[in-house]
Amino acid sequence: MNTLLQAVQVTKRFAGITALNEVSLDVAPGEFVGLIGPNGAGKTTLFNCLSGLTRFDSGSISFDGVDLSGVAVHQRARLGIARTFQRMELFTGMTVRQHLLVTDRAHSRSGAMWKDILTGSKARRDELQRVDELLDFLDLGADADRDVAALSLGRGRIVELARALMTQPKLLLLDEPSSGLDISETEVVIERLHEVNRERGVAILLVEHDVEMVRSLATRVFVLDFGTRIASGTTAEVFGDANVQRAYLGGVS
Amino acid sequence: MDGFIRAIIQGVPIGGVFALVAVGFVLTYKTSGVFNLAFGGQAFASAALYFKLHVIEEWPQWISLVLSVFVLAPLVGLILERVIFRHLRNASDLARLVVSIGMLVLIPAVMKEILDIATVVKHPVGILPDGLHPYQLFGRYPVSRDEISQVVFAVLAALLLAALFRFTALGLQMRAVVESARMTELAGIRSDRITAFSWALSSTFAGLAGVLIAPRYTTVNETYFFVLVVAGIAAAAIGGLTSLPRSLGGGFALGVTAILLRTYLPQDSIIANQIQPALPFIVLFCVVLFWKDRATVSDPLATVDPPPPSSASDDRGALLTWGTRGFWSVVLGLMAMHALVWGNEFRTTLYTQAVIYAIIFMSVTVFTGIAGEISLCQSSFAAIGAFATMQFADRFGVSVIGGAFIGAMIAALVGAALALPLMRLGGIWLALATLAFALLFESVIVNFDWVGGLVPLPKVPRPLLGTIDFENERTFFVLCVVALLLVAFVVVRVRNGTTGLFLTAMRGSETAIASIGVSRARLRVTAFALSAGIAGLGGGLLGMYSSTISYSSDFGPFIGLFWLVLVVNLSTRTVEGAMQAAAGFVLFPEYILKPLDLGGAYQYIFFGIGAITFARHPEGILEFQKRRSMNSIQRRIDRRSGRSSSSEMPSVDTPTMGTTS
Repeated sequence: MNTLLQAVQVTKRFAGITALNEVSLDVAPGEFVGLIGPNGAGKTTLFNCLSGLTRFDSGSISFDGVDLSGVAVHQRARLGIARTFQRMELFTGMTVRQHLLVTDRAHSRSGAMWKDILTGSKARRDELQRVDELLDFLDLGADADRDVAALSLGRGRIVELARALMTQPKLLLLDEPSSGLDISETEVVIERLHEVNRERGVAILLVEHDVEMVRSLATRVFVLDFGTRIASGTTAEVFGDANVQRAYLGGVS
Repeated sequence: MDGFIRAIIQGVPIGGVFALVAVGFVLTYKTSGVFNLAFGGQAFASAALYFKLHVIEEWPQWISLVLSVFVLAPLVGLILERVIFRHLRNASDLARLVVSIGMLVLIPAVMKEILDIATVVKHPVGILPDGLHPYQLFGRYPVSRDEISQVVFAVLAALLLAALFRFTALGLQMRAVVESARMTELAGIRSDRITAFSWALSSTFAGLAGVLIAPRYTTVNETYFFVLVVAGIAAAAIGGLTSLPRSLGGGFALGVTAILLRTYLPQDSIIANQIQPALPFIVLFCVVLFWKDRATVSDPLATVDPPPPSSASDDRGALLTWGTRGFWSVVLGLMAMHALVWGNEFRTTLYTQAVIYAIIFMSVTVFTGIAGEISLCQSSFAAIGAFATMQFADRFGVSVIGGAFIGAMIAALVGAALALPLMRLGGIWLALATLAFALLFESVIVNFDWVGGLVPLPKVPRPLLGTIDFENERTFFVLCVVALLLVAFVVVRVRNGTTGLFLTAMRGSETAIASIGVSRARLRVTAFALSAGIAGLGGGLLGMYSSTISYSSDFGPFIGLFWLVLVVNLSTRTVEGAMQAAAGFVLFPEYILKPLDLGGAYQYIFFGIGAITFARHPEGILEFQKRRSMNSIQRRIDRRSGRSSSSEMPSVDTPTMGTTS
């Protein structure tokens, strides 16, 4: 089986606390993988290591055959890693549509200043079309021209998802996309993630507390606890594991 | 060894004053989050009053000391807190920085106007009678009474403050207010009183430092005190801007190192002469660059604030857009007529000056308005442009227009080179590093022969294009207007273009902009280089305009601060803002102050008052007024045409987007 993302024995210490202890993880192209664990288990730290926001102390991460050590955040994004954030990181002061437009421009690398000066900056038809398609796909049309600051937490998460998709990633890292969403919004997200994964072939690594969501979407699951990988395998295997139930599911399943 | 001990004994007193400033500075920063550059003005105020009372009016020393340090200084602190900074509690760090710069300019101007000491030629005197009286330490090292007072007061003040923080409930509350004033209020503490107290206290420190250090200077001049504060900031930066003991140690270390350098570097070499006074700036620059644990004060309740309003021009309708454009075209046309046709040559030159400053100010539009960062060294970039134009014309016979472009390029390159190490910094730290650079530029770089150190300085000729000789003031005016239009075009295109979009996004979230594949470093470097290039071009034109470059009056760091605050007060987002700031900068003294027979100090006073209005309208007073009048006009248009609201109009950034949905 070829792999898209391969993390090998990644270790990260913060001032004496070992946030990640030799964690290994892999994702195949087009695969849907869950990453679960209690709060403070190191899931977000691992995400930050994968997307380049945090440097890890030892181990290695490679993506699509490229060793990611020394590769900056924005370069990883260009390689095809997109992510959302647990604590939302939206471009305050911009509308939803502008979020997608700016991302599209970043993706097509059309940001050179001389182009601005020579050709002006009207949004081109093809750009707008791509933006509108994605707005439709995620039902964001009604909020398209609203400032993101005016959106609810749940809508904000969907904007983050839209922005991540706009980079046309090969791998999507989702950090608790359902927190702050109500039940119907969660259902929409589940449905859309399913489509993104099946129809667009985007591999997804999902951090989520909503066990049902992970169970219904992921084919494989990794479990972290206190920075250590305590279980991995197919979804059925992992949720049947006694250790996992003790550490995370509290014995109820 | 003897020289070493001697140097230390000489350095400790200066270090003590630096430490005093550093501690006061940290106190304000810790308790109100204000990066208070006005500290220099506060130190000056007390020193000036003491000078007036004791040296000129010959009052007894202790009365003068009490009035200037223990009455005036806390009063100034209280007024600053009450009138200004209290209203800026929830404003951005940068907004507060800008207002404090406004106060740095305002306070000395007011004091000089009231005390009337500008022309007095007398030497300042210390706080002890017969301050120069030497004692022999260990029988061989001379120490004056003034120096002893400097050390004693610094140590006393530090001990007092440490005790306050450590042993009193007030100190604990002060520490809580630092974290979040509003959170503290939720816990039932009146944070405004705590903040007011700490302002009064820190202001007393500033005043004391000012009075103590004054005898080291030949006159009481505000620029000395500004430099003193930068030394204090360098010491505070050593303490990470939060640690009092480390700031204290930093102050002493800085004082001693300066004297050691003077003792051991070869005498009379350029390096020795210039490094020693520049030491605080170098230290500040390096500390900002290399210190890892930078303190950032961020309010956990910050997210409850509404986001700042968008630019007024962003949500106006098409009719209003064309209306305002038409209005401004007419105004500018009338001004051009006023300058060219209806006036004498003097008026033309005045307008030329305004046009050139408008170009320079657009560099602020780019960096502060679009990139959202603050640079305090725009005047240095302008100076680089001016000197490059001069040098290329003088040494290589390059035509001055070419020289001005080369100058702009060099300024842009210096800007990029400066941005590279600074690109990880933002906000206050970037502002600090650029301030350090501006001061370093003034004290070291300007003096080299290949910059502006030649005596006499070569003249900058006016350009000659074919048969058009720009010696003529009217043709030169037209040339400057053309340059202005070009720069304005570039600025508007960049603001509305992809780069502008990226920069706006980066202001929203630094993490997210990288996560979508945009290089933050490149973006910052681009913005800084463009901004520096524009300033350089303007500087080159200013050089041609005045033919002899006078660095200290046109390009000094203090002037750069003044420019920044002026533009920010009006509006940084728009090109009009820069133009109006330039018109104000040049025409206001000529057409308002002169007829009213008010001195140049009033320019600074009005300017400072402008900074106070900024406290209420952080988007810029012009922007605020514009939004108000635009909204009312828009309402009228809507009422006539029977439309309900214009708030759904597409934004200017992407005019076609709203219509496709």
